[in-house]
Amino acid sequence: MSILEIEDLKKVYEGGFEALKGVSLEIEEGEILALLGPNGAGKTTLISTICGITTSTSGDVHVGGFNIKDDYRAARSLIGLVPQEINLEPFETVWNTVRFSRGLFGKKRNDAYLETVLQKLSLWDKKDSRIMELSGGMKRRVLIAKALSHEPRVLFLDEPTAGVDVALRKDMWDTVAELKRDGVTIILTTHYIEEAEAIADRVGVINKGELLLLEEKASLMQRLGKKQMKVELQDAIQSLPESLSAYDLALEEGGSVLTYSYDTRSERTGITTLLSDLSAAGLVLKDLQTAQSSLEDIFVGLVEEGQS
Amino acid sequence: MNWTAITAIYKYEMARFFRTLTQSFISPVISTSLYFVVFGAAIGSRIEQVEGVSYGAFIVPGLIMLSIMTQGISNASFGIYFPKFIGTIYELLSAPVNFIEIVIGYVGAAATKSLFIGVVILATAGFFVDLEIQHPIAMIAFMVLTCTSFALFGFIIGIWAKNFEQLQLVPLLIVTPLVFLGGSFYSISMLPPFWQTVTLFNPVVYLISGFRWAFFGLADVPVGLSLVAIAGFTAVCLVAIWWIFKSGWRIRS
Repeated sequence: MSILEIEDLKKVYEGGFEALKGVSLEIEEGEILALLGPNGAGKTTLISTICGITTSTSGDVHVGGFNIKDDYRAARSLIGLVPQEINLEPFETVWNTVRFSRGLFGKKRNDAYLETVLQKLSLWDKKDSRIMELSGGMKRRVLIAKALSHEPRVLFLDEPTAGVDVALRKDMWDTVAELKRDGVTIILTTHYIEEAEAIADRVGVINKGELLLLEEKASLMQRLGKKQMKVELQDAIQSLPESLSAYDLALEEGGSVLTYSYDTRSERTGITTLLSDLSAAGLVLKDLQTAQSSLEDIFVGLVEEGQS
Repeated sequence: MNWTAITAIYKYEMARFFRTLTQSFISPVISTSLYFVVFGAAIGSRIEQVEGVSYGAFIVPGLIMLSIMTQGISNASFGIYFPKFIGTIYELLSAPVNFIEIVIGYVGAAATKSLFIGVVILATAGFFVDLEIQHPIAMIAFMVLTCTSFALFGFIIGIWAKNFEQLQLVPLLIVTPLVFLGGSFYSISMLPPFWQTVTLFNPVVYLISGFRWAFFGLADVPVGLSLVAIAGFTAVCLVAIWWIFKSGWRIRS
């Protein structure tokens, strides 16, 4: 069963701005889903709506089978939220802040559990420090500790590495991987493609309130593995010679360019034989170039498609 | 009811109070002493008695009311405004709690703090004047009700306020004048007839009068009316808060 089911979720703000235009999404227990999108795409609105910070205009959300409106207590108990901004009370100690979060979610006091959470996030020796004394990276981990304090089954990480340096980003990825091992379902938003690539099982691309793509990272990477070779011919041809029909070739730009698609990860790319077959067919090459479509290209392409 | 959550909010808010216990404790003691020096000794020596009670003792209920009303408002308004200001309100909104639980936690803590200050002022006053409390149970009831209702009012202000200036606006511009003009330091009967009538439109008059009755058995308005006034004020605040959470006004977008 899916741990999170989102059906046709819409959010129109008071001024008429459509932040979510009917998003539908299902998330399986234990997976990591990365929601990619530019700023203002609706990522935070989506998370805020699921968590109860923003009210939806229409649509349904179920968490662990519980409706977020009718069964909000049961639904919200399952959710941990790590916000994008570092929203913490500066004068409080780490320990009090984390204990407060646990209590707020209605969980009985369990200092041993909180200790393991803080240990895992390397915050245990800072437990009596006031938040204002901590570094930025530690503050972010305090936010995660707060979200984990009530033993959630789904964890939302809203831009967990925005404005974080490279080393800390790597740390954060390790933390996420460890949480996954503990069986926590994770939904994270990001506008870093490498981040989605590094930690997600599935990737969703969202822009202007619409989910443009939702795909297993592996198959997305397969699309990334595709390369194209463009062969510019000295003289344009009307149609492909019979001897070249076996190749995945396309004739472009009025017959002066041949485009060959191949997989860089397959054992043989077929380039050598293609080139010798081309000269055997009497075609003279003017120029040659190869290009790889990156996740960035796919992403930018999708976003542009959405805009046009 | 999610009592664990209510306790968590209450304790967290009280912890803030205890962190600054010295300030919380010393400032009411000093300000009460000042009032006694200025009003009790300097002015009081010329007034001597008001309706059979020494002037110094007469102002004690008004002084306590003045403090618990302003403290109730400022504690509760700050208590809920601060999470809004620093952004930690996200946690409150995403927690499995309803508005009644949030209000009990925040308002309960704010009311407790102002009650504590009221008791401190009462004890300080005991050093300056001989106090008699004719109706101790009514005295406690009035104090608790006033602390609670003004904390509720403060909670509304805290949600309404968009900046620190607004947070101070209502207490400074409305509450303090109403309290000063509500018979804290004088009996309504000391005013000319016209102003006596005008004063009756000030809701604070009813609270101070009832509270003073609990001490000395004398009141400007019937005690029943005082009770109705405070119950009415509490009810209005509760309805306002219910509406705020139902509509998400200034909290949920």
